[in-house]
Amino acid sequence: MQTAAEVVAHLQGVHRHYHMGTETVRALDGIDLDIHKGCYLAIMGRSGSGKSTMLNILGLLDRPTDGEYTLEGNTVSTLNDKQISALRGEHIGFIFQSFNLIPQLTVLENLEVPLFYQNRIGPESKAKAEELAIRVGLDGRLYHRPTELSGGQQQRVAIARALMNDPLYLLADEPTGNLDSATEEEILCLLDDLHADGMTVIMVTHNPTMGERAERVVWLADGKVESDEVTGK
Amino acid sequence: MRGTLATFSLGVTSLALHKLRSALTTLGIMIGVAAVVAMLAIGEGASQAAQDAIRKMGSTNILIQSIKPPVSEDTSGMSSWTANIYGLTYQDARRIKATLADSIEVMVEVRISDKEITVGDQWLQSEILGTSPDYLDVMGMKIKAGGRWITDTDMRSFANVCVLGGGVSETLFPLTDPMGKVIKATGNRFKVVGVLEKLGRRSGSTGRSVDECVYVPQSTSIRRFGETNVKQSGGSREIESVQLHEIKVKVNTVDNVPRAAEVIEKILERGHKEKDYAMTVPLELLRQAKETERRNQLLLFFIASISLIVGGIGIMNVMLATVTERTREIGIRRALGAQKKHIVSQFLVETVVLSGAGGLLGVLVGIVASLLSAAFSDARVLIRLEHPLMAFGISAAVGVCAGLYPAWRAANMDPVEALRHE
Repeated sequence: MQTAAEVVAHLQGVHRHYHMGTETVRALDGIDLDIHKGCYLAIMGRSGSGKSTMLNILGLLDRPTDGEYTLEGNTVSTLNDKQISALRGEHIGFIFQSFNLIPQLTVLENLEVPLFYQNRIGPESKAKAEELAIRVGLDGRLYHRPTELSGGQQQRVAIARALMNDPLYLLADEPTGNLDSATEEEILCLLDDLHADGMTVIMVTHNPTMGERAERVVWLADGKVESDEVTGK
Repeated sequence: MRGTLATFSLGVTSLALHKLRSALTTLGIMIGVAAVVAMLAIGEGASQAAQDAIRKMGSTNILIQSIKPPVSEDTSGMSSWTANIYGLTYQDARRIKATLADSIEVMVEVRISDKEITVGDQWLQSEILGTSPDYLDVMGMKIKAGGRWITDTDMRSFANVCVLGGGVSETLFPLTDPMGKVIKATGNRFKVVGVLEKLGRRSGSTGRSVDECVYVPQSTSIRRFGETNVKQSGGSREIESVQLHEIKVKVNTVDNVPRAAEVIEKILERGHKEKDYAMTVPLELLRQAKETERRNQLLLFFIASISLIVGGIGIMNVMLATVTERTREIGIRRALGAQKKHIVSQFLVETVVLSGAGGLLGVLVGIVASLLSAAFSDARVLIRLEHPLMAFGISAAVGVCAGLYPAWRAANMDPVEALRHE
């Protein structure tokens, strides 16, 4: 089962507090979580439950106020900005709700951005971008700009971009929130396929039907893990 | 290297997205740099022209001129005669020569008589300079082929010979060769033995053109015209008695010039109750001109710097707007692994490209503007290599400084906040 698989990310007693005037908001309030290689994890909860903060912590965009987050053996709290940026670039693949492609760049250039910061731009990065474009169903669109693509196509570009650095896990934040239901199904199927190929997928969503596709669902409420269930898929 | 090129290309691509904005920002820097280059070129040209004019006076020369002291009003009001005895004397000349014997290479004395000169029907008012054989060398003048200058023999024999300035020769003898011809001045006849090449230069206390004078031996001048000049203007007559109008001293070395000037000043102070002479030391003028040039350049530099700073503020303004506009992009790039240094270099490249392009165009426009101003006026222009280089360097530095803060701000954005930016 999952417990036998390698742990890629480990959270222990993770807190994230914000100070708003005299009030302290406990966005995460003591999270313990292990994420195993190859799992499909859905992090769910109502608005304000701490999902987004959790995503930011897991994606190394934010640091815990307290507690320990270990990724690939690196204790995040001991790293400086440069090391964290490098770790983020090498190990995490983001898929955002609003796609977050860079509008002035072509699809190919967008796909190459993660490798640009690892000094890996060249024929190999181009070949890899072409390969991934085919895989996500974007063949022949490499030289289009994001504005020339549909929402579904843009999200496919974002998924391909997230795969460019062979990440430890894909971190998807409401990946179908801006898509119609038909396209939503296509994107979720694509994520299913990637998971089937061994990719670790972490999806943050408030949509229960999407959570049903995951193997494991972690419910957050008031910054705490309310439940952690294996769905049996 | 590939990374640097990619960053550069990224910067240029971003700038190309806002062509008008980039062009206007570049224009700001371009005008600043062009102003620096053109102002320095024109200023340098004017300064060099002034310095050349001074150099032509001879850096080892000291010029002393008689100056009419201010006339005290005759309170009786009845007299229509005024008599003025002033200026340099033969004794001054002798004293200077004796005291500075070891450091004077040549010394010439000049007497000036304002006379009407006639040749047949032609006439003109001219200054007749009584001087010595060395005058030609001291003044750097040249005799036209076939003629000669005043000689020692002329001096000893009080010869009635003259040498014509180029301009005088053209006026009095427009069609014929003046050599051997005779000119008349207040009843005295002088045989033309030489004509000077035209120099187009002015000299002396009256600022006369050296081409418009007639030159005679000094001894002849004293004997024929005396030391007294009578000038009539309106109903009054003015009698002027001046022994020497000018003394030109050529010192043997440049190093001796300051001391010689000091000694001459002392000799003259002792011999004259009133300050009826003026001393010009071209070397000192040159030093002053250079000092003035340095000060002017500093001033120009400050003025130009202001325009460059204004251009820099323009760049900073545009870059701050760009950073705000691209906040989300910054967030995306950070999420995809960009370190702070990557974001800093991305924005710095843009400012350096803007200011660099502005600087290059400014240098070109500045040079063209300088050359045009030289072509369409008699202003002299001098473009020194270091000036465009300096202007370009300053513009690049301004670009970097103006870009640092926006780039720093971009790099230090919270990635989470940046990603949320609409």
